[in-house]
Amino acid sequence: MPVEIDIEHVARLARLELTDDEKDRLREQLGVILEAAAKVSEVATDDVPPTAYAIPRSNVLRSDEITPSLTLEEVLSNAPEVEDDRFKVPKVVEVE
Amino acid sequence: MTELCDRTASDLASALRAGECSAAEILESSIERIDAVDGRVGAFLARTDELAREQARAADERIAAGDAPPAAGIPLALKDVLSTRGVTTTCGSKILETYVPPFDCTPWERLKRDGGVLVGKTNCDEFAMGSSNENSAFGPVHNPWGLDLVPGGSSGGSAAAVAAGEAVWALGTDTGGSVRQPASLSGVVGLKPTYGLISRYGLIAFASSLDTVGTLTRSVRDAALLLSAIGGKDPMDATSLDEPRRDYIEGLDGEISGIRVGVVKEAFGEGVEPGVRDSVRHAVDELANLGARVGEASLPHADYALSAYYLIAPSEASSNLARYDGVRYGVRVDGADSVEMMTRTRGAGFGAEVKRRIMLGTYALSAGYYEAYYGQAQKVRTLIIRDYEAAFEAFDVLVSPTSPTTAFPIGAKIDDPLAMYLNDVFTIPANLSGMPAISIPSGIDGAGLPVGVQLTGPVLAEPTLLRVANALEGALGFDVRPPLLAGSGA
Repeated sequence: MPVEIDIEHVARLARLELTDDEKDRLREQLGVILEAAAKVSEVATDDVPPTAYAIPRSNVLRSDEITPSLTLEEVLSNAPEVEDDRFKVPKVVEVE
Repeated sequence: MTELCDRTASDLASALRAGECSAAEILESSIERIDAVDGRVGAFLARTDELAREQARAADERIAAGDAPPAAGIPLALKDVLSTRGVTTTCGSKILETYVPPFDCTPWERLKRDGGVLVGKTNCDEFAMGSSNENSAFGPVHNPWGLDLVPGGSSGGSAAAVAAGEAVWALGTDTGGSVRQPASLSGVVGLKPTYGLISRYGLIAFASSLDTVGTLTRSVRDAALLLSAIGGKDPMDATSLDEPRRDYIEGLDGEISGIRVGVVKEAFGEGVEPGVRDSVRHAVDELANLGARVGEASLPHADYALSAYYLIAPSEASSNLARYDGVRYGVRVDGADSVEMMTRTRGAGFGAEVKRRIMLGTYALSAGYYEAYYGQAQKVRTLIIRDYEAAFEAFDVLVSPTSPTTAFPIGAKIDDPLAMYLNDVFTIPANLSGMPAISIPSGIDGAGLPVGVQLTGPVLAEPTLLRVANALEGALGFDVRPPLLAGSGA
């Protein structure tokens, strides 16, 4: 059975605007893909530990020394909107 | 007719040192080829002719002074997910159409220091998500072996550029087969090294635990040469392995007599085209003729790798692609508040496959489903690694087809995501396990299309893997040129 998905909810989580056509198509396609992917549960038993990285590394630290970094101008060079050397975004909260 | 741009990098490196040609001449040959064929192939998203001319002049000076590394003066193409300072890097996406990175990725930085010559940035599936290059926002790439066919993906532009002589070698990226599968479909050599051997710094992320920079070349020797130039520890990438830069040419020509080769039995079943099966079996026979001890290997959980991959990769992608929010880079579509701006920006900026994977990954990671999907997929990843560890107790190298099919027509699978995902069934396990794998042309099938054979080795076994691949390449003697070039010299 294809998996049933609340497309509106998932799209909201992903901050993704979708047209009605896209929603219909995704509901159907994701249902089929997830049905096939659910096959992992046939063999993923409790005694098998999960793997996040094939070649695990941990606590990769560098020495605490200041090294050259990008200039402010470089950092802002691709921003859609800039004001006073900062990224500019539309309002985040309502102010009464 | 064979031009300079049709020769291998190793051959050109010798010719440059013998004074038989200059880097400037090689570059002009490459540029002429791009002018002649790229209108039909569509391998490039950006050309850097003038920059390349400066770099070729500098390479010629170093060669004349006798201090040029082997990669100096060889025309290179970079997949457009690899950051290049001052040169647009779009990831094949509308959302990054105008993005100009302020820094270089480490592989290009190293090649630049070695006298590399960048001819341009290559087309690819959007954010490297795809197996046909049809998911690029800037149009498909056409396979030099048949212009109505896909070149494979997602590094389709890099593979096609090398096959068509537009670049002598190229870098791509391989998350589930994106270097090896297009190499197979386009008749070139594709190497995905051990995860962490080549730095990912400046590679725009798709699925960080799987993403690997790889090489597309005309010979195994060229792959070894290119890996020697870009491999090894990079402090800028926390997942980079503590391996020194080393010379992979050394030992390349050694014997392979007595090498234990395991033929993966699960990789010759249903869905594999007869032409592919026959060609790969022939390659196995050649390995036996070279003195390899051939036996049957089994990866019992191979059947589950595809399912695990299509949960893990989209999950990581949904997280990585959260950064495209219309604030720091890329396009912005205005909205009344920040959330509406982000939501509209992402809706307008991403293409169909990227949206599909973001949705898939967001769902697989969401409350209530995380354990059932992502958590279970991570366990399967453990099982796949165990399968390989068991197989490599009995064998030094495993053999399978690279892809179940040869190049297919543009449009044939685009409306059926599951059928498209099956292209990667034999390449995905090496990404899940982090192990090195290489695809080399094994021959052409009845329809005249190239077939690729894949060799896989254990972690950091690149020297053995390349030695076996080099010997096999020599025995197979594949030297057929794509029809695009077979006529009057393009």
